[in-house]
Amino acid sequence: MDQSHIRNFCIIAHIDHGKSTLADRIIEQTGLLTDREMQDQVLDNMDLERERGITIKAQTIRTIYKADNGEEYMLNLIDTPGHVDFNYEVSRSLAACDGAILIVDATQGVEAQTLGNCYLAIDHDLEILPVINKIDLASAQPDECAEEIEDVIGLDASDAPRISAKTGENVHEVLEQIVHKLPAPTGDPDQPLKALIFDSLYDSYRGVIVFMRVFDGSVKVGSRVKMMQTGAEFDVTEVGIFGAGKFIPQEELSAGMVGYLEASIKDLHETRVGDTVTLADRPCAEALPGYKEPQPMVFCGIYPEDTKRYPDLRDALEKLQLNDAALQYEPETSLALGFGFRCGFLGLLHLDVVQQRLEREYGLDLITTAPSVVYKVYKTDGTVTDLTNPSNLPDPSEIDHMEEPVVNVEIMLTPDYIGPIMTLCQERRGVYQSTEYLEQNRAVLKYQMPLNEIIYDFFDALKSRSRGYASYDYELAGYQTSELVKMDILVNHEPVDALSFIVFGPSAYERGAQMCERLKREIPRQLFDIPIQAAIGSKIIARETVRQVRKDVLAKCYGGDISRKRKLLEKQKEGKKKMRQIGNVEVPKEAFLNVLKLGDDE
Amino acid sequence: MSSSWGMMNKVKEDLGLYLHFPFCEKKCDYCDFLSFSSDLSTKEAYAAALIREIVAYQKTAESCLVGSIFLGGGTPSVMPARLLKEIFSALAASFEIAGDAEITMEMNPGTVSEDNLSFAADSINRVSLGVQSFHDEELKMLGRIHTRKQAVDSVSLLKKAGIKNLNIDLMSGIPGQTVRSWRDNLDQAIALDVPHISAYSLIVEEGTPFFDRYQNGDHLPDEDAERQMYYDTRKYLAGAGCLRYEISNYAKEGYECRHNLRYWRRGPYIGLGLGASSLFDHKRWKNTESLKQYLRDSADPQKIARDLTPLDTRDEMEEFMFLGLRTMRGVSEETFKAAFHRSMGDVYGAVLTRQIEEGFMKKIGDRYALTDRGIDVSNRILSEFLLD
Repeated sequence: MDQSHIRNFCIIAHIDHGKSTLADRIIEQTGLLTDREMQDQVLDNMDLERERGITIKAQTIRTIYKADNGEEYMLNLIDTPGHVDFNYEVSRSLAACDGAILIVDATQGVEAQTLGNCYLAIDHDLEILPVINKIDLASAQPDECAEEIEDVIGLDASDAPRISAKTGENVHEVLEQIVHKLPAPTGDPDQPLKALIFDSLYDSYRGVIVFMRVFDGSVKVGSRVKMMQTGAEFDVTEVGIFGAGKFIPQEELSAGMVGYLEASIKDLHETRVGDTVTLADRPCAEALPGYKEPQPMVFCGIYPEDTKRYPDLRDALEKLQLNDAALQYEPETSLALGFGFRCGFLGLLHLDVVQQRLEREYGLDLITTAPSVVYKVYKTDGTVTDLTNPSNLPDPSEIDHMEEPVVNVEIMLTPDYIGPIMTLCQERRGVYQSTEYLEQNRAVLKYQMPLNEIIYDFFDALKSRSRGYASYDYELAGYQTSELVKMDILVNHEPVDALSFIVFGPSAYERGAQMCERLKREIPRQLFDIPIQAAIGSKIIARETVRQVRKDVLAKCYGGDISRKRKLLEKQKEGKKKMRQIGNVEVPKEAFLNVLKLGDDE
Repeated sequence: MSSSWGMMNKVKEDLGLYLHFPFCEKKCDYCDFLSFSSDLSTKEAYAAALIREIVAYQKTAESCLVGSIFLGGGTPSVMPARLLKEIFSALAASFEIAGDAEITMEMNPGTVSEDNLSFAADSINRVSLGVQSFHDEELKMLGRIHTRKQAVDSVSLLKKAGIKNLNIDLMSGIPGQTVRSWRDNLDQAIALDVPHISAYSLIVEEGTPFFDRYQNGDHLPDEDAERQMYYDTRKYLAGAGCLRYEISNYAKEGYECRHNLRYWRRGPYIGLGLGASSLFDHKRWKNTESLKQYLRDSADPQKIARDLTPLDTRDEMEEFMFLGLRTMRGVSEETFKAAFHRSMGDVYGAVLTRQIEEGFMKKIGDRYALTDRGIDVSNRILSEFLLD
């Protein structure tokens, strides 16, 4: 198909504004699929996504649309994740597009993520098509919504389609505007192949399947291709396009098209997302700019609950990293938890998603340690190191000073909650920047805050203090010098490496006391008193005691029936097996995670 | 199972018999044992079924000499004496009962009557009286049917009837109880001058009215108070000459309950009646808990046996330890070796050493026993004797 009849686009939206539903309607109305083939929400086909209502892993679908002018167009819909943590994935999806549909919920208006993703799309020079969704709801305010799009984002929304993705109303208008308002690709089919890898997938039978957007030239079965960054070369065994959840082989992929490529690639590391694919014997002059390397901002230790499953965890992380380049990991060991990995994530949601994928898709039971940001440690000898694991903090005598990452936080909220949320930000060492009123009912509160203060439970606190009406977004603003100390937690006088963390000096006492108290609740009483202490260096700053069991005795064993007694003893023994041993203290594995959670005390 | 039981030994095996009577006038609010109220015709049918079961054991009984019989419940004393007499005749016909056998019947102070006193005087030599408390408000709260006065009167009636070997059951740790009111209970029990006292602490069991009322621990004495009651029990009763010989049992010398010791020492016993448990010939089993099935099939013990568990050496070693350690004398290395042809140290050396180091156990001569601290947390200690 001629490039002028191809449209490569994505849909960007705030979470829950209807992205997946619109994608479904587009697929339906383009008639590529019969009704029977339509699963509900075709794009979100991972369990996890379905449960969370978010799209994690970028996916792509090609449909054929017969426009009102009687001509057929090839629409490549490239899915993008919606959450702030996944800016990186959004970015790589956008690089494969020429235009974007911006969905705004007519009942909610422009949200923080709408803006964030929209600016990303503008950064990629994409043509943006605003669409106002959910007009079927009684609370919809499409006029106000259009006004907000014009005022806040600066896009012309005068003829933005007003639709209901749910009922399908006016979706046709969206399709027409895709054809008429979004640009066609403009690559040169006669130039050497130049294609961008925007995603990939590992299949144990087919090897690595590369998802790519062809900018110039073409590629077909038998072509010898070269990955420009890694230098690896392969003979292409199959090319094709994306049906709904299916790979459909094609003769070739040419300029402007989006599709996949297979070449019996076994090594996951040879096809990096962001790399440029070209022909081995006729390479293009220079690689595509690719995109910003993802910078992990949050680190934590991940350990298999069953220490024997360490190799399984390693394999699982390797597979996950293939299509989640933002995930970083390296081996580490903990006295308390054994062999595991220190993993780097884009943010807390990313951490959560990876953890759950490891548990669900790979059947692993995990123990995760306290999340940490990356600190810069300036040593007295003039060197600087990045600290991702609190346990590795050098001796205080070797440290000149430390820096911690700070982020610009934008909190979208209704003005009623400005008071409590400002208090929250102040408690978290936030430096007030500004308040902007978007409209009568909506304000943006801007703060600069240490990232450390938001990685634990900021989101939960924000939601609870605004009754769910506030949402936030953040971006890295740089590093600042800060008074930081390492807090150790000692259980029965033994430091537990997995529980050490870096804390702002003046908050240390409070945090230490809180950790001790939470840990006290998590550790069951045992046969002796167990002191739980928080210490900075050799100075104990907080202490709790898990009192010894006074009584655990079964009085009666009636009429010679010992079965109940045996069961009780067996249960006791079984329970013991589920514990982690720290010195001679048994600690339930959940304790490591639970002590970090926001409790009733917030 | 009967084929292997029939073996003839020159020395007859010492056997215990437990007879279960699942009837009560009213079920107590904390009770989760197998009991219910019933009419006379059910009791008659039950006695007949029990006799059929006794007769069925005749062959097995040939190799045994019965050294103890225990009538438990429920409340055996709600059975009419004539039915109990019929049952005893059947026992005497089927089993050889030692002349000095200990024969115990549980009685509720509210059901002691002329009828069962005369039976007691004729047929048994030990009574276990379910007193629980000498405070009427506590008795009421427990849902018991008797009063303090009835309890005191029952003891003198039984003594008058010639039953000297008497036990009083007392219950500590009940809702609203204080260390002081418990001490008063102990004093009153001592004043009655009985040779045996069982002092149990209440366990709030699921499925009882108490569970709904007290599962969250409200109104129950706290742990420290409960332990103080336990320590006081030992101290007070020792002062009256009753020494602790098992975690919850105290007796004057020579009055230790032989039938109960049998359970802890793994002596063989056959349970007769609804839901009764047996340990015999390296097997444990339990009779059906369905009254209907029991009444229909009791003539065939195999048909009513449930949860039949053959015990291998491992099971028996575990039981030897976790049951034996409930007695204050503890477990003997020599007995262990004689039973299993392995030394105790070989199997449990590491656990024993650790428990002694941590002060939960002690060794005296060739015997290992729990310390007072070990008794407090005995479930934790005993679970260590389960083998992997």
